[in-house]
Amino acid sequence: MRLSPDLIRLAVPFLALAALLAGVFWLQPRAMSYTGLNLLFNLAVPIALATLAQMFIIAVNDLDLSMGAFVSFAACVTATFLHDTPVLGALILAASVAAYAALGVVIHLRGLPAIVVTLGMSFVWLGLAVMILPAPGGAAPAWLRALMTVRPPLLPMALAASILIALVAHLIIARSALGVLIRGVGGNERSVARAGWSVLRAKAAAYALAGLFGVLAGMALVGLTTSADANIALRYTLLSIAGVILGGGEFVGGRVSAVGAVVGALTLALAGSFLSFLRLSPDWQIGAQGAILILVLALRLGLDALERRRRGRA
Amino acid sequence: MTRPTLSAAALGSALAAALSAAALPALADTSDKRIALSNNYAGNSWRQAMLTSWETVTKPAVEAGIVAAADAFTTGENSATEQAAQIQNLILEGYDAIVLNAASPTAINGAVKEACDAGIIVVSFDGIVTEPCAWRIAVDFREMGRVQVEYLAGRLPEGGNLLEIRGLAGVFVDDEISAGIHAGVEQFPQFKIVGSVHGDWAQDVAQRAVAGILPSLPEIAGVVTQGGDGYGAAQAFAAAGRPMPIIVMGNRQDELQWWKEQKDANGYETMSVSIAPGVSTLAFWVAQQILDGREVPKDLVVPFLTITQDTLEANLETTPVGGVANVEYTLEDAVAVIEGAN
Repeated sequence: MRLSPDLIRLAVPFLALAALLAGVFWLQPRAMSYTGLNLLFNLAVPIALATLAQMFIIAVNDLDLSMGAFVSFAACVTATFLHDTPVLGALILAASVAAYAALGVVIHLRGLPAIVVTLGMSFVWLGLAVMILPAPGGAAPAWLRALMTVRPPLLPMALAASILIALVAHLIIARSALGVLIRGVGGNERSVARAGWSVLRAKAAAYALAGLFGVLAGMALVGLTTSADANIALRYTLLSIAGVILGGGEFVGGRVSAVGAVVGALTLALAGSFLSFLRLSPDWQIGAQGAILILVLALRLGLDALERRRRGRA
Repeated sequence: MTRPTLSAAALGSALAAALSAAALPALADTSDKRIALSNNYAGNSWRQAMLTSWETVTKPAVEAGIVAAADAFTTGENSATEQAAQIQNLILEGYDAIVLNAASPTAINGAVKEACDAGIIVVSFDGIVTEPCAWRIAVDFREMGRVQVEYLAGRLPEGGNLLEIRGLAGVFVDDEISAGIHAGVEQFPQFKIVGSVHGDWAQDVAQRAVAGILPSLPEIAGVVTQGGDGYGAAQAFAAAGRPMPIIVMGNRQDELQWWKEQKDANGYETMSVSIAPGVSTLAFWVAQQILDGREVPKDLVVPFLTITQDTLEANLETTPVGGVANVEYTLEDAVAVIEGAN
């Protein structure tokens, strides 16, 4: 039986997640329950959304260094405007998605490096977040809090939400015409242009989708934490990039996987818990988290090399 | 981590220890209870001292069987989301109480609520959380500012000009201490604040700032500070050749050292006030008392550590170079704080 490279690509993050989950269950059997799984994974939901946002940017060969600041900004808007004046809040969030689309347009038209532009934007988003919420506070809209603490039958919210968002993002990026176009731009921008498609529109759409998922990440985060802080999600920038790569994505070539990205985000979140259950000293935890990342990536590279060699022989 | 098996004798001696320590009847037994410390940051001397104090106080408590475990957890990065995840892990590990110094007063409320819903006692200190189900051991920074003016009023009944050294602009603690100082000046109107600079809680910054403003100031009778800035202020006054005012110190080792030198040389008198990092141990005992079934109000105020002319030498001796004067709390201290709030 021959496994396709794409299947291997997708299998690795699942294997990593399963291995970590087994480790966690072994260390802490209490986690093996409805509530336990929810506690393990609920903070991974916003990370998964942010990872998907990053995935749309990486799909067009760009990198977004403002993701954490943007999610913090969205969280601050959610905890203040969306709570106090829902219409105005929704408008601000919609405007920030539009700003993301505009960013894509500017980056494409002026040929600017996305890393630099988004790094600059990270200070803009953070500044806005501090202006909205100079001191930590705000409150989650009641409906959002209810949504994030809902207890559906059979599957905990964290897992149900992860499956749902993975499915939706998969349909967008892998099954829709727009998704094919976006990945096409990442794969070969020129041939997409030659075929008569608008690269500009594809990039704008990719950035708009990133903005949308970034906003959703901020909202989900506030639904869980009940209030916001201008620095709440700064870690998400690097987590989201790591999640995409861990989930089988690549920095260039439009090779991304929505399901993989979500699994990658869950794996990253779980790695932290695993190390904490191991009672590893915090001084070692960051390093150990990095080691897990490198291990998974090495596994993937090894499998890739194996696949190439097999193909070369065939 | 294995849970110690409790023989009847050990249980008895633990109870005896708890009883003799508290001189109060234990309402319930806490010898099988496990307490966790959730800490968001360990990157400065204050936090290091806080963790050391926790270790020093909880280890004998665990050995004496007062509680079954008191483990400290610090997140790798200082971030609210990471601490929220850490707290959720502690819930899963089945701790009976979580003592925490929070990365954000609000952003981990969701996780704190999860813990409360799981029946876990949550006690926050220093970095407190606003979630109503948690206990708060807060620092009364306002009072810390006010007592400085009160002390000066005792020393200088006729009043005089004050120089205020503030902390880091825009930080909540700076606003609170400064508000307390201004309230103190209102209470003792013989004093007048003639100048105010930001020392950023650092000796070098304070020294530069004070040196810069000194030439424009009349004679200064007292300097009110926020801690970490007294030594720098003294250096600036000395360099300018001005008469040395009463500078309120902030428990840092260099401040106490300078004070001691002056005291020996010319009988210089002042006071020193700040928060002891050992407040983590107060939180530990409060959590233990709540687990013990004691009625504890949700909001407690931590006493700050005041050093006077008489206690200077003793405190200087126990304060490491470059560190902060510290005090570790006992069960009686915690009981006193709880009684004081009731």
